[in-house]
Amino acid sequence: MANDFAVELREVVKLYGTMAAVDHVSMSIRHNEFFSLLGPSGCGKTTCLRMIAGFERPTSGQILIDSRIMGLTPPFQRNVNTVFQSYALFPHMTVEQNVAFGLEMKGVARAEIARRVGEALALVRLPHLAKRYPKQMSGGQQQRVALARALVNRPKVLLLDEPLGALDLKLRKEMQIELKTLQRDVGITFIYVTHDQEEALTMSDRIAVMSHGKALQIGSPLEIYERPACKFVADFIGETNFLEGRVTAINGEFATLSVGAGQTFTGRRVNGLRVGDPATLSVRPEKMQLVEHPVDGAVNTYEVTVFSIAYVGSDTRVIINLGGQRLDVWEQNSTSTLNPDDYFFKPGEKAWLTFKPENALVLAQ
Amino acid sequence: MLQTIRERKSLQLLGLMLPGGFWLILFFALPLALIFAISFMSRDDLSRPALPLTLANYQQTFDPLYINLFLFSVGLSLLTTLITLLIAFPVALFMARLPKRWRNIMTLLVMIPFWTNFLVRTYALQFLMRANGPINTLLLSVGLIDEPAQMLSTPFAVLVGLVYGELPFMILPLYTSLEKFDWSMIEAAQDLGANALKTLAHVMLPLTAPGILAGSILVFVPSVGSYITVELMGGGKINMIGRVIAQQFGQSSNWPFGSAISLLLMIVVTLAALVYFRIGRGERGAV
Ligand SMILES: Nc1ncnc2c1ncn2[C@@H]1O[C@H](COP(=O)(O)OP(=O)(O)OP(=O)(O)O)[C@@H](O)[C@H]1O
Ligand SMILES: [Mg+2]
Repeated sequence: MANDFAVELREVVKLYGTMAAVDHVSMSIRHNEFFSLLGPSGCGKTTCLRMIAGFERPTSGQILIDSRIMGLTPPFQRNVNTVFQSYALFPHMTVEQNVAFGLEMKGVARAEIARRVGEALALVRLPHLAKRYPKQMSGGQQQRVALARALVNRPKVLLLDEPLGALDLKLRKEMQIELKTLQRDVGITFIYVTHDQEEALTMSDRIAVMSHGKALQIGSPLEIYERPACKFVADFIGETNFLEGRVTAINGEFATLSVGAGQTFTGRRVNGLRVGDPATLSVRPEKMQLVEHPVDGAVNTYEVTVFSIAYVGSDTRVIINLGGQRLDVWEQNSTSTLNPDDYFFKPGEKAWLTFKPENALVLAQ
Repeated sequence: MLQTIRERKSLQLLGLMLPGGFWLILFFALPLALIFAISFMSRDDLSRPALPLTLANYQQTFDPLYINLFLFSVGLSLLTTLITLLIAFPVALFMARLPKRWRNIMTLLVMIPFWTNFLVRTYALQFLMRANGPINTLLLSVGLIDEPAQMLSTPFAVLVGLVYGELPFMILPLYTSLEKFDWSMIEAAQDLGANALKTLAHVMLPLTAPGILAGSILVFVPSVGSYITVELMGGGKINMIGRVIAQQFGQSSNWPFGSAISLLLMIVVTLAALVYFRIGRGERGAV
């Protein structure tokens, strides 16, 4: 088939009053893909999921599941299951009964239900709480029941709205691995909402970064991190330094930018930039180096003042002052030392900042 | 030491219970004891309750006449409960889905009838249903009927009166329980493949059961013992157990017999309510 996708959103808009909670979002999610929606609170992630599940109707645009236009198809006729952000467990049913509900609605045989419920509860490590009621459990336990209740149905597409949000770090990491393994082995398409970028980066095949209802960039974790398409994505994913300026030269893939007090920097350019345009240089802290002596004639190399130093184990986080602007530089601690004097850079002293043009991006304003 | 503390604790508790206990005894236990005592008495020449003690009053209640009256009362009250439930559920659902401000206004509207005397409202209803009342006039003028329909003095009239009078007592508890209802439950059920009917049966009804139970009891119990409605809407032609009791204490001047029926009615209704609550709770535990 020409467009054989598990889920497709075509120019989907959702208005609440005059506010666009989702604003012309298009995305095509492949079969068995782990697809994450990542973005700050209120950017429209839950609204997207609710439209796919069928609880909310798009103001305009189309949603396709398995290449079928959903239109008015009610939720119970869509082959998707949801892990709700608020869990939405049935308070009058035990854990076991909650998990069995979907299978019972489908008329699965009793023995089969018992077996699959047992498996699902084992997967989320709650078999010992099968007879409890949701009220008698912690938030994290309830969240895992919600997960089991959806997983047990083995839907084609699973919609997960921050399914690990309430778990502590250790359990969260464990569940991430479990989920990822399960998704790969069973072959379920995951549409996974999170605002934890590390979670999105480590688990996803692709990520859609959202802001104010728009999908700003859709790509693999590598693409999103290394080639952010705009300032928002560069800023939201990981740490970065911005230097504002104006494009002075374009040279193939690269653009040169003059910033502040006459320094010029060169980095990879995004499409569409022209000489004279205002632009922003984005360079990540780990992609810059501090050196004692600059290489003659090197680009992107300027003398700076070290402002502060913080030792965080794997690296040393240095804040430097470049012509009045503060930048973060992370120096990897590749040699083991106990002597602070081994660092050539010290607060208040001079050092040289340098980075390669291919490690920086020149983004449109 | 511990002993005295415990004693003091229970003394305190006693002190706290004293006012409530006093009124409870004065207005509930005492009259009940009185009724209990009278129900075993016979009557003197002036029809006053008197000794010797007898079981005759209770024997009399098993007369088929009264058994049938009792069954009729229970049947009509069950019907009243069912009809009020069917009317009240959509209304309460509608109210619970309104924006907060409108909800309070609606609650007020539901309670407004309480500001008018019940007797006055029943008379108004009686007027509406009279042979030459507005309803008949309307039906006649539209040509739906050729001669005025006999509505008053029928079980139907009593039923209408009971439903009308008891409706707020069903709406309010239902509304209270629907207002607390978490609507994401419905989405969760639908997400898991339940259609509207299954969602209603497996999620909506069990979760609103407390409201349904409370409303049903609040409607059923007064209906079984209702008197004014039967008197006015039944036009003296329809008899229910409450009216029989009223007659024993009034015209018939047979207090001992009235007391016996009252007590039996109370026991039966209480037992029924208990069983009903037990069933309701069982249902909530099941899937
Ligand atoms: N039913 C609604 N009525 C009006 N506005 C709504 C409704 N639901 C969501 N919104 C608004 O739409 C926007 C997107 O909401 P949404 O719940 O999709 O955000 P989100 O990305 O899931 O955020 P979070 O990470 O906090 O869960 C928000 O500004 C929200 O206030
Ligand atoms: Mg959300």
